[in-house]
Amino acid sequence: MASWNVNDQRIPQERLALVSYLSVGLVVLLMVGFWKLQVVQSGHFLDLAEKNRVRSIPIIAPRGPMLDREGRVLVDSYPSFSILLLRDDPKNLEKSLPQIEDGLGISAEELHQELDAAKFEPKFQPVVIKPAASQADIAFVESHRADIPLLELLMVHRRRYQNNEMLANTIGYVGEVSQQQMDDSDGHYRPGDIVGKAGLEREYNDQLEGTDGMRRVVVNSVGKAMRTLDNVEAIPGRPIQLTIDYDLQAIAEADMVNKTGAVVAMDAHTGEILAMVSRPTFDPNDFAVRIPAAEWQKLNTDKETPLLNRAIQAQLAPGSVFKIVMATAMLDSKEIPESFGVFCPGHANFYGREFHCWRPQGHGEVELHKALVDSCDIFFYNIGKLLGIDKIAYYGSGLGLGKRTGVDLPSEEPGLMPSEAWVQRVYHRKWYAGETISVAVGQGAVTVTPIQLARMAAGVASGGTLVQPHLLKGTTPKTERFELSDNAVEQVTQGLFGVVNEPGGTGYHLRIQNIDFCGKSGTAQLMSYDASNRLGTKKMDGWFVGFAPRRNPDIVVAAIVQDTVEHGGEAAGPVVHDIVKMFYDKKAAHPPQQAGTTAPVQPESNSQLVAKAGGQRP
Amino acid sequence: MSDRPQIKDFDWTLLAIVAAINTLGLFEIYSSTHASAMAGMQWKQLIWLGVGIVVMFIMSQIDYHTLLDQAPVLYIAGVAGLLVVAVIGYSRLGAKRWISLGGGFNLQVSELMKLIIIIVLARYFSEVRTDKLTLTDICKVALLTLIPVALILKQPDLGTAMVLVPVLIVGMFLAGIEWKHLAVGVILIALLIPVAWKMRTHLKPYQQQRIETFLHPEEDQRGAGYQILQSEIAVGSGGFWGKGFGKGSQNQLGFVPVRYSDFILAALAEEQGFIGVCLVLLLYLGLILRLVDNAQKAKDRAGMYVVMGVAAILGFHVLVNASMVIGYMPVTGIPLPLMSYGGSSIAFVFLALGMVMNVRLRRFVN
Repeated sequence: MASWNVNDQRIPQERLALVSYLSVGLVVLLMVGFWKLQVVQSGHFLDLAEKNRVRSIPIIAPRGPMLDREGRVLVDSYPSFSILLLRDDPKNLEKSLPQIEDGLGISAEELHQELDAAKFEPKFQPVVIKPAASQADIAFVESHRADIPLLELLMVHRRRYQNNEMLANTIGYVGEVSQQQMDDSDGHYRPGDIVGKAGLEREYNDQLEGTDGMRRVVVNSVGKAMRTLDNVEAIPGRPIQLTIDYDLQAIAEADMVNKTGAVVAMDAHTGEILAMVSRPTFDPNDFAVRIPAAEWQKLNTDKETPLLNRAIQAQLAPGSVFKIVMATAMLDSKEIPESFGVFCPGHANFYGREFHCWRPQGHGEVELHKALVDSCDIFFYNIGKLLGIDKIAYYGSGLGLGKRTGVDLPSEEPGLMPSEAWVQRVYHRKWYAGETISVAVGQGAVTVTPIQLARMAAGVASGGTLVQPHLLKGTTPKTERFELSDNAVEQVTQGLFGVVNEPGGTGYHLRIQNIDFCGKSGTAQLMSYDASNRLGTKKMDGWFVGFAPRRNPDIVVAAIVQDTVEHGGEAAGPVVHDIVKMFYDKKAAHPPQQAGTTAPVQPESNSQLVAKAGGQRP
Repeated sequence: MSDRPQIKDFDWTLLAIVAAINTLGLFEIYSSTHASAMAGMQWKQLIWLGVGIVVMFIMSQIDYHTLLDQAPVLYIAGVAGLLVVAVIGYSRLGAKRWISLGGGFNLQVSELMKLIIIIVLARYFSEVRTDKLTLTDICKVALLTLIPVALILKQPDLGTAMVLVPVLIVGMFLAGIEWKHLAVGVILIALLIPVAWKMRTHLKPYQQQRIETFLHPEEDQRGAGYQILQSEIAVGSGGFWGKGFGKGSQNQLGFVPVRYSDFILAALAEEQGFIGVCLVLLLYLGLILRLVDNAQKAKDRAGMYVVMGVAAILGFHVLVNASMVIGYMPVTGIPLPLMSYGGSSIAFVFLALGMVMNVRLRRFVN
């Protein structure tokens, strides 16, 4: 036995027993700990476990397509993939960022911006870092599933504007829902949802947007989906059929290429808009993904204002087109004898100021018909002086000028029809009689939108029926009656017929064989007469408003070409001519009784929409 | 020798408890890994257990007095081994713990050090002739323990280093410590805590983080705090009866960290519930009480200290591991003995049990 092995071999039994008791005590303590978690708080932890394993993946509903009046697709959607970045693992996230930047071609700056923007969103909410993933991007995500489990693909539906810039200002565009819209939507919208931001996309957003579905999947600790729990399919948005005629739209667009201005073509009986152009314009496809901030900035601050829909938002002097209103007022009010005539030497003095006729050498002896055909300013200065501003305003307003037409588009502008009451209300002064002289030829304070002029011309030619223009097919338009004497209508429309069909008329070059094509040109001065003389240049807005046939017309077209050196008849006239000609060419090729059968769109879809939309706008 | 110890004299009750714990562990390892790339782990564990039984048998045949005779040599060899590890040991998971033995075998010297410290302290305490430890004794045993503790801390392996301490404490308690010494010790430790707190900047970043996480788990949702949180979710969501074998989502979907090893109790708690946990804890209590029983029946004090050293280490493992799983202690990498997957751990436990059998077999020998 070794020296260390001493004899005292008594075992300290009490101390060992104490150790036993201590062990029992510790085990009991541990059991209490487990009891707390497993029995007392088990509900709470069950909840957390459930949240851990279940991830909800939205199934994005495609927006409804937009069709033209014959069922041709103008706007539709196509499936595409967005790349999502899962953020619930910050440590891995930091580590993987450089690799993600490389693989997807996103700058570090952009990526951090995205992450910062989502800083206050819940961590389990992924961020869209690449909205339109290319084949290469998708391949990158798929091949790095193991080492970058933070990337996920989400199938979405992107808007496709088939004809790019065609009808862009009217159709509008879509974009990510704004904070404001989200707050107002009562939880309907989530960050990143796509909504209509302008034009028809916005106006009919409720019909176009579908209902997103939801897939709940069980995920493992690295977020990989293991199996699907349940699946709520997305309900696609409903299609809407527009009143637009693709053929007329196309020719109008072609005529307006590289010009500034607007065109509105309308079925004069129903108010259905057949074509609507605004230039300059933009490509809404640029917005369908995510528009780079710089690009957006450019579109918004461009002084050419490509985002403006000039057809309903440009408030412009109507120029000589306003003479339709003047002639109607003169005849319908009967305050001036029909035989009233003046001698036009090219200029005249009113209230101590010299006013010019557009034709410096003058028109000679002029009565109403010749004044309309040749667009004599001196004649209408006199009419204006005799009628006074309030009479003019009565007819102008009655024919829908200076107020919104109620077209089914957001942000329509009203224009302005001045009157004594208006000047008193706004400027707190009396109306100067001299101002009436300018208004009489569509200058001065009076401003209108192109759509107002189209509606006004159709209203006069139809004897005072003003229809509500609209773009959604199947809408029952609201009509207003502004009773006009038949004599007034007959004589004014004869004058407008003469503009196009009598030699010397300002639109004689626009006449169409066998078609009762009538119209009125207008040229609004953008500079004072003196200024333009001094500079030797003329900057003008050239108008032409045309319709056919002469009485109760089928089609009315208003066109404006801005910043032109040409008169309205030359600048805008051909656009109107081409549209009207195409309208009748199509009619000849497809007699109306067959038109209904060629439309491939189920007619009930739009009537439902109309019912949903509350029928019509005020 | 005629009085050569017989197999039938093994503590079969103790071994039955061990087998029960092993079986539960094997099933939980299977449940945790069968649906993953690590499928089949339970068979590897079974092989380790086989190796462990052989090792235990061999260990039981070497008279513990012989081992205690060699205590100084073993101690010097152990400390030298730890120094070698510090110099030529290779790193895995950021810690230098292994010496390569070639052929794919790696020796974790710190595991062997646990056995050595049991033997060295048993030898020292059995040499104390009085029923009370003197201050000199206390200082000596403390120094003997703290040298390897410091070396293991340096690796760094906070868990294994801590495991050596209960051998010292239990040994001192059994050897008889005076209340005044105990009081001084407690005060010293109390004074050391602020110093240690100041010194924490000298810890490795991962250790600092573990401490931070333990103090403020909610601030670190994906690091060690995430592990503890996921472990708590697993345990808590198991409820009273558990979710059923192979049906724990926290376990099956991999939310529970190292669910087949350090956190195997969390995986079991989720699938077998409070009932299962109680069974496991009672089995471990049975194991400890059985060890104490063996200590009480030991032939000499040396045998008692050996058995109680083993009991101290195993008990400490269970206490720390179970506390960690329910968030009462920081993550230190201490496995649950006999249940957690891992060769080193199994080998150590069976070597230790071999020494216990050894003591038991020799209680009748004079």
